[in-house]
Amino acid sequence: MAHQSDLIASDIHAYLQSQEEKSLLRFITCGSVDDGKSTLIGRLLWDSKMIFEDQLATLTADSKRIGTQGEKIDYALLLDGLQAEREQGITIDVAYRYFSTDKRKFIVADTPGHEQYTRNMVTGASTAQVAVILVDARKGLLTQTRRHSYLVSLVGIRHIVLAINKMDLVAYDAARFAALEREYRAFAAPLGFAEITAIPISALEGDNILVRSARTPWYAGPTLMEQLETVAIADVAATQPFRLPVQWVNRPHLDFRGFAGTIAAGTIRPGDRVVVAASGRSSRVSRIVTLDGDLPVAIAGQAVTLTLEDEIDISRGDLLASADQPPEHTERCRARLVWLHEEPLVAGRGYLLKSGAATVPVSVDGLEHKVNVNTLAEEPGTGLALNEVGVARLHLDRPLAFDRYRDNRVTGSFILIDRVSNATVAAGMFEAPLAAGAEETASAVDRRRRAALKGQPPLLLWFSGRHPGASADAARAVESRLHRRGLHTALLDDARLGDGLNRDLGSDATGQEESLRRASEAARLLLDAGLIVVVSSDVPLRAVQLLLADEPLTVVNVDDDRDAASLCEAVLRQLEPLLAAKDIVSPGIIC
Amino acid sequence: MTYTTHENPKALTHLQQLEAESIHILREVVAEFENPVMLYSIGKDSAVMLHLARKAFFPARPPFPLLHVDTTWKFREMIAFRDRMAAEGGFDLLIHVNPEGVRQGISPFSHGSALYTDIMKTAGLKQALDHYKFDAAFGGARRDEEKSRAKERIFSFRSASHRWDPKSQRPELWNLYNARVRPGESIRAFPISNWTELDVWQYIHLEQIPIVPLYYAAVRPVVERDGMLIMVDDERLQLKPGEVVQHKSVRFRTLGCYPLTGAVESTAATLPEIIQEMLLTRTSERQGRRIDHDQAGSMEKKKQEGYF
Repeated sequence: MAHQSDLIASDIHAYLQSQEEKSLLRFITCGSVDDGKSTLIGRLLWDSKMIFEDQLATLTADSKRIGTQGEKIDYALLLDGLQAEREQGITIDVAYRYFSTDKRKFIVADTPGHEQYTRNMVTGASTAQVAVILVDARKGLLTQTRRHSYLVSLVGIRHIVLAINKMDLVAYDAARFAALEREYRAFAAPLGFAEITAIPISALEGDNILVRSARTPWYAGPTLMEQLETVAIADVAATQPFRLPVQWVNRPHLDFRGFAGTIAAGTIRPGDRVVVAASGRSSRVSRIVTLDGDLPVAIAGQAVTLTLEDEIDISRGDLLASADQPPEHTERCRARLVWLHEEPLVAGRGYLLKSGAATVPVSVDGLEHKVNVNTLAEEPGTGLALNEVGVARLHLDRPLAFDRYRDNRVTGSFILIDRVSNATVAAGMFEAPLAAGAEETASAVDRRRRAALKGQPPLLLWFSGRHPGASADAARAVESRLHRRGLHTALLDDARLGDGLNRDLGSDATGQEESLRRASEAARLLLDAGLIVVVSSDVPLRAVQLLLADEPLTVVNVDDDRDAASLCEAVLRQLEPLLAAKDIVSPGIIC
Repeated sequence: MTYTTHENPKALTHLQQLEAESIHILREVVAEFENPVMLYSIGKDSAVMLHLARKAFFPARPPFPLLHVDTTWKFREMIAFRDRMAAEGGFDLLIHVNPEGVRQGISPFSHGSALYTDIMKTAGLKQALDHYKFDAAFGGARRDEEKSRAKERIFSFRSASHRWDPKSQRPELWNLYNARVRPGESIRAFPISNWTELDVWQYIHLEQIPIVPLYYAAVRPVVERDGMLIMVDDERLQLKPGEVVQHKSVRFRTLGCYPLTGAVESTAATLPEIIQEMLLTRTSERQGRRIDHDQAGSMEKKKQEGYF
């Protein structure tokens, strides 16, 4: 991995010193399938001599065996790490690559162009400062080119390199290059990029990657590497209002109480006044503590520990902020969501929202509109499916401090986590707070919402039989199995009903009828709580079916030759599809 | 790392940014999990990770134990170094050896590197994680080491049976890590994911972090076997016909079990010399490890099964 510097061999100490000033740039590459992204990154690694001889030997062997470039080296194989991807011949996940020159260290997110994997692109883009968008010179701008450009603008990337690739296949045609650049600038105008630099390249041949190509004499701009090495990432973070999400309270002994976190924006010095966004309480910074000694000043990006002059209540999830320019602090807000999961967004369903160090239960009250990522048009919609983008109204369980995403990518971003599966289901960007009461459309909490929170369908199982105790035993066995699976259940049996709710009733026909009515109503109330209700009551099942015809009822007749264990198994087997449905299900009969 | 003390601080350098990111990850795991542990492999990456942990929680001590899964075939100098670092840092050091492997007398010489690694490292690690019920484990892996690592998340989800599923990884956006796991499931957290080998060495140099002396060149007894220089670290290495012990100036670019870790001939006896040698060399660091080259994709398979 020889860098170009001669200092390495001649004066390693001088070289090491020069390396201490290097900056870091994170960028992403995106484009459509076959635009040559992996080839481009492989080429950057190759040309910056980040490929070792043993890797080269493997690469050469792999190129012959499974490469797509005939006898030539297939640079894409350097990046397509996972075996499944190699077999399919496409990149399917975000891969991170590293290389450095004498000026900068680079972290590259190689992101897929495959349509259904847009979520990976948003993932890679979320930490990037620059996007390299690849366009095949022969095919021109495609749907995915537009989609990816929109998504990188959405996550706040302001610097675009439009790499018009495969110029070798259009005979290095200047007119073709100019036409594509013009078309892209027109398309991207509403996206608000600060800078678009179009470069004609051939990743395969190496034109204008590191070295200016003799085959594009008509092009006067920078090579790709020159652009990446010099693109100015205006470091505005240090001049923004101070923000520090408190990650961890450091309390080694009674005399020290420090607030550890990474500064999200601004600059801080001892003596500066900071406010706790949630409580409004404020204090002054006493010390900026690090292992290397106290600091006189710290800026955005540094991970520090602050102590304050006053003892105020601060815990993980709080946001320390500049007292002059505090963040928003509200329960209701509008945010843009990118849906990342196969299971779609269900309005009204509860999720967890993680922003900074805070995790708060949230419900998505409704969708203002969806965004067609190909045309950028706003369209009506009620839910979001995988890879869809929309603007939603959020209702948090408690007020949260945040900034608008366009002002701060750290305190303005969040993820949504499914409370049941724990999957990361959405990427979110705060847009604005909403006034309380603006939320007239919020629907009441009902059975469906309560059940959704538990991740289960409300179900009613009614066991009945002639032998005393048989139905109660079966009901308890089934309930116990459901409970072990993490489902929320309730049990009503004759003994409990008789001792309580139905204590005042006689055993005559009228009493039995009223007893059944009360048991049914109690079951309904428990269903409304979103529970799986297991009833054992030895009454005629036909009567139960009539009384509860509108409920998700399954009746079980325990007068069967089967033993208790196999009956239990049979019931559970039949319940399986109902449990998987995760919605209100139709009645059924077992046995 | 020293930060500039002027009134108007400069932008952070690449190492300062990497350091801050790592500290953020370390703190996030400690704040989110009940029972984290740091897997300590004694090598240079572990040395950096340990140093970062001291920074992250200063003035408190890092609030988790160190776990070393000992294969009984580590270099003796590594074991001595491990014990010294744990004692000096006041760490609680947990050492686990797979008792099953010991009983069966599993050795890299008689059982081959694949089976040996599977039993002594992968199975041993799972036993220890299950035994102590850790819900998060820090590892010093870097994404630039190996292709399958390049795609692994920083908070990498493991099922209750410790499996990694590369196809259904949680998307990881901004610096927001999803730390939700059910009982039995866990997260492997990789604080130095974004560091390269060069970053690690530069940081060790800048921060004067102690490392195992085996990284520095010295005259050591070695035998040449299967194209690798294997150090004769104890009497368990038995010479094959034709093999002779030679005394050469060698060092190790990576440290593991001595029978599986090849030395390189070198005279680099200081950190700048090591970095110089690394920058001028033409082979990648894992080449000295035998377990990686069995077949393409071998590391991915091991990782799916729970290898770190």
